[in-house]
Amino acid sequence: MSDFNRNPLIDWALKLYIALAFAFIFAPIAASFVFSLNIDRFPSLPLGGFSTIWYEAVYADPLVWEGLRNTLIVGATVSVVATALGFGAAYTDFRYKFFGKPFYLALALLPPTIPVVILGLAMLAFLSNVHLSGEVHSVIIAHVVMCAPFAMAICRLRLSQMDPSLEAAAWNLGASEWMAMRHVIVPFCRPAIFAALFITMAVSFDEFAVSWFVSGLHETLPVKVLGFLQGQVSPRINVIGTFVFLASMTLVILAQILLMKRSVAPKAGGNASELLP
Amino acid sequence: MTDQALVVFDGVAKRFGNFNAVEHMDLEIRKGEFLAIMGSSGCGKTTTLRMLAGLEAPTEGEIRLAGKRINDLPTWRRDTPMVWQSLALFPFLTVRENVEFSLRMRGVEKAERRQRVDKWLERMQITEFADRNVAHLSGGQRQRVALARSLVTEPEILLLDEPLSALDAHLKVRMQTVLSNLQKELGITFVYVTHSQSEAFSMADRVVIMSRGRIEQIGNPQEIYRAPRTRFVAEFLGSSNIFAGKVSAADGDAIRIATPSGEFDVARNPAKTLAKGDKATFVVSGDRVQLTNEKPTDAVNGVQASVVGEEFVGATAVIHLEGADGLELKAQKSHDELERLNLTPGAKIWMSWRTESSHILPGE
Repeated sequence: MSDFNRNPLIDWALKLYIALAFAFIFAPIAASFVFSLNIDRFPSLPLGGFSTIWYEAVYADPLVWEGLRNTLIVGATVSVVATALGFGAAYTDFRYKFFGKPFYLALALLPPTIPVVILGLAMLAFLSNVHLSGEVHSVIIAHVVMCAPFAMAICRLRLSQMDPSLEAAAWNLGASEWMAMRHVIVPFCRPAIFAALFITMAVSFDEFAVSWFVSGLHETLPVKVLGFLQGQVSPRINVIGTFVFLASMTLVILAQILLMKRSVAPKAGGNASELLP
Repeated sequence: MTDQALVVFDGVAKRFGNFNAVEHMDLEIRKGEFLAIMGSSGCGKTTTLRMLAGLEAPTEGEIRLAGKRINDLPTWRRDTPMVWQSLALFPFLTVRENVEFSLRMRGVEKAERRQRVDKWLERMQITEFADRNVAHLSGGQRQRVALARSLVTEPEILLLDEPLSALDAHLKVRMQTVLSNLQKELGITFVYVTHSQSEAFSMADRVVIMSRGRIEQIGNPQEIYRAPRTRFVAEFLGSSNIFAGKVSAADGDAIRIATPSGEFDVARNPAKTLAKGDKATFVVSGDRVQLTNEKPTDAVNGVQASVVGEEFVGATAVIHLEGADGLELKAQKSHDELERLNLTPGAKIWMSWRTESSHILPGE
């Protein structure tokens, strides 16, 4: 739209509106960050003074480290497994036509629509029945179920941008189905695969409810935070909150960059994949 | 060009559910010829090409390549490269990597790969773009990459699926020259699928015209143009006037056919014996008729028709007429000739032709 057709008043009103919306969303997180650097035991105004003692306390706490370790193991494993499953499901949808396909798609994309408490309960009931509950791998299994649909949605979007004759062209040029997968489909989907890895890792990283049900003694960081809260109100929670927020945001932003790249240059995945090894 | 058959379609049919994409096709494609398969969309031309490439399996019949049955040979084991309508270049690879693809898939050594790719980049005049991403090339350059990618294995046959349809008119004509020179230089078989008459007729040695899964006619362009076999072909070629009727006399030098537009003398066609009372259809090509304001005194065959409109086609124009019984007629004339005529829409003029300019459709 040219400047000629702009009403400066509306422009400013919209800018103000956006600023307010962001303030509303990020104020609690910002407050958490500010209080994490405050010396006072209880979050109150005016601020008592700058200090990093709470960071030191968290750093020195072996329980936090254990939680972080669990979170990282879960996050890394989940992102790989969920992305592999999601990619497979998306490719199946792209490549094959079969009876009951809408049903298949609905089932594959269903898990995120189930309330987490119900999913958590169901997971706990099921996993304890097959003697898989209360371990790190219980959280992994539960998170894969939750994350795979996100990975599938991302890969599906990418595949929908692919010229359908690309794969057939690879076969026609002497590539077997496996070779075409390796040399054409996967490279084409590479930005989406990385985006899916980051997004699923971020989802797993933040996830609380289901982890709470199935983790048993192997708590992830978000579950640990709740544990702290129940015991005592400590600014350490602000520290962990800040850390989890930064980690998740980094992953989401990385994924977003990859996704934006490909919408800027559709069907030219080379641009985005050049960034990656 | 030799007469040896490289590809044989022997009673090939392809069905998708209840839909017959190709019906009982017998076709021989000769070594070194430029064959165009032409028809409107859905006529089965692309399915035919895809069966040859191994992307579809025939439901019936046998396809033989160089004498060997290839029905069940997967596409990656055939050397039948195809140039796609969308070109289907790999967007995440450079020009060089695209051209190299089939050599890499076939496990050719790196040094040899490089040398063969260089040769084809050179030949298609795209060496300077070798390290560019294909997304950054123009339409014509992308065409050349697609050709180089398909030809780098030096196959005996190249399949082309409407590769020029996305180009503008000017570039299209240039690429036609590139393609037809390339085919002559390489001496390999080109099978070119198109819906465009000008593309097929300007490049091909032989043209196959298909309609609803069947071959309507096979022949060289002149043959098809001068002697269409069926009404479909005549209509598809667009410039013919088609008359259907019954033979009223078959004993003279010419055959006399009575149609709703009148009785006409029609040249005999050795491909079709007609007796009195037989149904017959004949065509008169639009560029072989005369137009006059008054009824011509000398011509044997003529109809009066009213002017519908005039269509400008470069150096000539096509006059659309309507006969007394609603029959659509066309005449293609130079602008000089048209100046003498009254062409206001609705005006009555006479269209006439010599007996030898008419052609009986043997397939009707």
